[in-house]
Amino acid sequence: MSSFFSYLITGISLGSIYALIALGYTMVYGIAKMLNFAHGDVIMIGGYIVFTAVSTLGWSSGLGIFGAIFCGILGCLLLGVLVEKVAYKPLRNAPSLAVLITAIGVSYLLQNIALLIFGSNPKNFSSVVMFDGFSIGKVRISGETVVTIAVSVLIMIGLTLFVNHTKSGMAMLAVSEDKGAAQLMGVNVNRTISLTFAIGSALAGVASILLCSTYPLLSPYTGAMPGIKAFTAAVFGGIGSIPGAMIGGVILGVIESLSKAYISSQFSDAIVFGVLIIVLLVKPTGIMGKKLNEKV
Amino acid sequence: MKKVLSMVLAVLFVLTAFVSCGKGNETPAVSGEGNNAATEATLLLGGIGPLTGPAASYGQAVKDGAQLAVDEINAAGGVNGMKLELNFQDDEHDAEKSVNAYNALMDAGMKLLIGTVTSNPCVAVAAEAAEDNVFLLTPSGSAVECIKNDNAFRICFSDPNQGIGAADYIAENAVAEKIAVIYNSSDVYSQGIYEKFNAEAAEKNLTIVAAEAFTKDSATDFSVQLQKIKDSGADLLFLPIYYQEAALILEQASKLGLDVKYFGCDGLDGIIDQLGADKAALAEGVMLLTPFAADADDEKTQKFTAAYKAAYNDAIPTQFAADGYDAIYTVKAAIEKAGITDANISASDLCDALVKAMVEITVDGVTGEMTWDASGEPEKTPKAMVIKDGSYSAM
Amino acid sequence: MKKALSISRKAGDRYITYLLLIVIFVGVQSFLNSGAASRSFKGLLIPTCAYILAAMALNLVVGVSGELSLGQAGFMCVGAFVGSLFSLLTEATIANPLIRFPLALLLGGVVAGIFGFLIGIPVLRLRGDYLAIVTLAFGEIIKTIFNNLYIASDDTGLRIAFSVDAFNEKPLAGNATYYIKGAQGINGTPQDSTFAICMIVLLIAAVIMLNFMDSKQGRAVMAARDNRIAAEAMGVNVTRAKMTAFVMSAFFGGVAGVLYSHNLNSLIATKFDYNLSILILVFVVLGGMNKMRGVMISTTVLYILPEVLRALKDYRMLIYAIVLIVMMLLTNSKSVRAFAEKVTGALKPKKKNQTGGAE
Repeated sequence: MSSFFSYLITGISLGSIYALIALGYTMVYGIAKMLNFAHGDVIMIGGYIVFTAVSTLGWSSGLGIFGAIFCGILGCLLLGVLVEKVAYKPLRNAPSLAVLITAIGVSYLLQNIALLIFGSNPKNFSSVVMFDGFSIGKVRISGETVVTIAVSVLIMIGLTLFVNHTKSGMAMLAVSEDKGAAQLMGVNVNRTISLTFAIGSALAGVASILLCSTYPLLSPYTGAMPGIKAFTAAVFGGIGSIPGAMIGGVILGVIESLSKAYISSQFSDAIVFGVLIIVLLVKPTGIMGKKLNEKV
Repeated sequence: MKKVLSMVLAVLFVLTAFVSCGKGNETPAVSGEGNNAATEATLLLGGIGPLTGPAASYGQAVKDGAQLAVDEINAAGGVNGMKLELNFQDDEHDAEKSVNAYNALMDAGMKLLIGTVTSNPCVAVAAEAAEDNVFLLTPSGSAVECIKNDNAFRICFSDPNQGIGAADYIAENAVAEKIAVIYNSSDVYSQGIYEKFNAEAAEKNLTIVAAEAFTKDSATDFSVQLQKIKDSGADLLFLPIYYQEAALILEQASKLGLDVKYFGCDGLDGIIDQLGADKAALAEGVMLLTPFAADADDEKTQKFTAAYKAAYNDAIPTQFAADGYDAIYTVKAAIEKAGITDANISASDLCDALVKAMVEITVDGVTGEMTWDASGEPEKTPKAMVIKDGSYSAM
Repeated sequence: MKKALSISRKAGDRYITYLLLIVIFVGVQSFLNSGAASRSFKGLLIPTCAYILAAMALNLVVGVSGELSLGQAGFMCVGAFVGSLFSLLTEATIANPLIRFPLALLLGGVVAGIFGFLIGIPVLRLRGDYLAIVTLAFGEIIKTIFNNLYIASDDTGLRIAFSVDAFNEKPLAGNATYYIKGAQGINGTPQDSTFAICMIVLLIAAVIMLNFMDSKQGRAVMAARDNRIAAEAMGVNVTRAKMTAFVMSAFFGGVAGVLYSHNLNSLIATKFDYNLSILILVFVVLGGMNKMRGVMISTTVLYILPEVLRALKDYRMLIYAIVLIVMMLLTNSKSVRAFAEKVTGALKPKKKNQTGGAE
């Protein structure tokens, strides 16, 4: 039985990382209606920024850590805004697939920039989480897990409050409902979408720190797979829904962990995707997704 | 149509811009070296391996190791009066791209091939090289099929060889009885070793109590596999994988409080540096069968490690770099044995001569003293190492 | 999106595509026969053809049906493995590759088509990005299954397993041969793909696909893409039409996989991951969805680009990424489009439809 709980904790820990990344994904998707395939790579860049600050510049204690975290988040935010301005903004009126392809181009670009600067050999990231975690009976919960879960929940609540109760947030809601109508009501659509990207990228910065602290192997391709898994998680929970991303991420992590434990570690990827397909067939817009009303 | 037109224009525009600027950068460099090339014959060696993509670190290490050897040989006057030049192409660890790279090298006038670095692409390229009768020496392509043709040889051990070797070592030295394995089921190398290890372990009456897999898509979290291994009561964990994932496994196992011995193959070499100074203690007691360890105390290795660090920004050579380094010196020995002095020899004639020479030479490389038979498999003994006080020492 | 897509296609337009393919075939073939072609050129022909076919097939789903599919690599995977397995098993019995290879192509295509049908049933109930993620999921599942598939033969007959342990528990008896060996994949597929066969397959595929796009079913799909509700109100059986396009796409994806696998001595399942699906999607979108000729051109350009860029060494993939972004911006950004319209607008009165130029 204690094994079961430890598998469950592993799943939740893994899932909360997916959830954290999925929050950024879903935020951008909900408002800009684009799949930002470069999100995972922004995370990877964030990881390298923090790594450089901690390991190369030696900001490894006390205030230094906070400085590194701040730099990582700020770096991701600036990068996200830059990418949005250069690569996505000119395509605002283009078909959504065109932006998707540009995002893929940006993803390749970021990977190759990191490869040129930092080389192909993975770096060992030192965890910035200072808290050691605790044990309940035989089940051990690491500090990273606790922090990740706490941070994801806080961000989820913060985002929900922001979107529903601030002027900018409500502008986002309006843009996500109907761009044209929002513009007529005096919402600056362009600025709202740029703001969304800024927030989404800052979230990527937070995710990068926790991802790399939990799995301290940092290579130019670190962001790619978590990016895809988080995309899956976001769809699973109902893409565009903030609590949905959280729930989707955690469930995905738990399924992955339990299928490795009880069915087959070789086939766990297939099982996760199989469950996803079944869920989407039963509930075609994800767990928390809104029902699509077609306008005639 | 307008879109297509503008797209083609865009491509042409960008291409000319970049290619011409790329050429612009290259021209002075080429003409600078051109003076030497005009007076001395240069033998063009081709190299193929992943320089981009998730496997890039392996290809880059081989490239760096091989380039170091080429530079050393050229500085010492070359081989039989010929200078060597290494043209190393990226294949992204993909068979199709690898064949493309091979074709590009053939167009460039490659005389023999060092590569490819990874197994699956190597099998595809080996078929092409056999058809063209081009000499192929793979530094690290460990799958059996890489060298099934007469023109192909390798520096590293084959996968089955490592799997059997590991099982035999564990059984003969009574290292452990209850064994658990974590392997990468999406990787040719790892799966190849595991397959033979599993078969050999059964023959030697070792019990495999848990065999857990992971794939390249889920290669970050191993807690579940480790928990299962903990529950299985294994006393040794066999890791036929590369050092990157192994570093994560060691870290997660220590968090979980898993108390087992660790045993690995040549892929684990590099784990101490991967873990970094503050976590290197996790690797204490890890045993591995490897032909190379960067901090071995023999003179050859020390010289190589020092030269490598000086050339590449203090990077510590891995077994891949050592394989690449040895590959170049092996080629040198074979060329000298065959008495080839004409750098304009056709690749096919060179291949015939080198295949004959390969079985006659003995190379005392950084991965051990090697001889070859006609099968292309190197004859050398793996060293059983154990990590003690943050460095490798013989067991 | 809505305005650019013309529902009716002139038959003449189709013949231009066929003619183009034939001209390319004759031109390239005579270049090959002249002996002046470099190794790289020859080596790139077959993979390029395979990717063109895969991209044309995906275009049926993405361009014609307007659904985002991220699972094309899965169908290629099925085709590649089934085709290769067939060729390996029958290498001794059907010695003539000109008989064996068409059979392999057909078999690979049909099996992939069956997969497409089975997957299509659930998938086509979904919309937009949900459909995209489910196709991605199926692609990954197919990849995982083939990555763990073992097929070998021994004295007791053909043995299939999903883990290598099965062969260790009950070893292969007597004269054993591995055909598919898990992660190590298939080795030694006979290299039956030739440029001529590829071009013939491409031509046949183009005839079938373009005829489909002009048929009642094809128009129904396009009508549903532009406005599903209006199409349904007009009595179009949208699901059936979409299914036809989806299965056809899977079939040709499978055929592309067979072409691909019979050009390589070794093949592994991990090649067919979502990255490959995305790459093919890039070909389609950049080719200007719904335009077969555009897809052919963009696939050729984008596939050959990294090979041309080899001279740039370490900066190769970086430049490739930049080119991709720049191309996307140039073709889709408003200001550039206005500029292109100005240029072509000057030529417009002379021609009825502007098909020249680009090709």
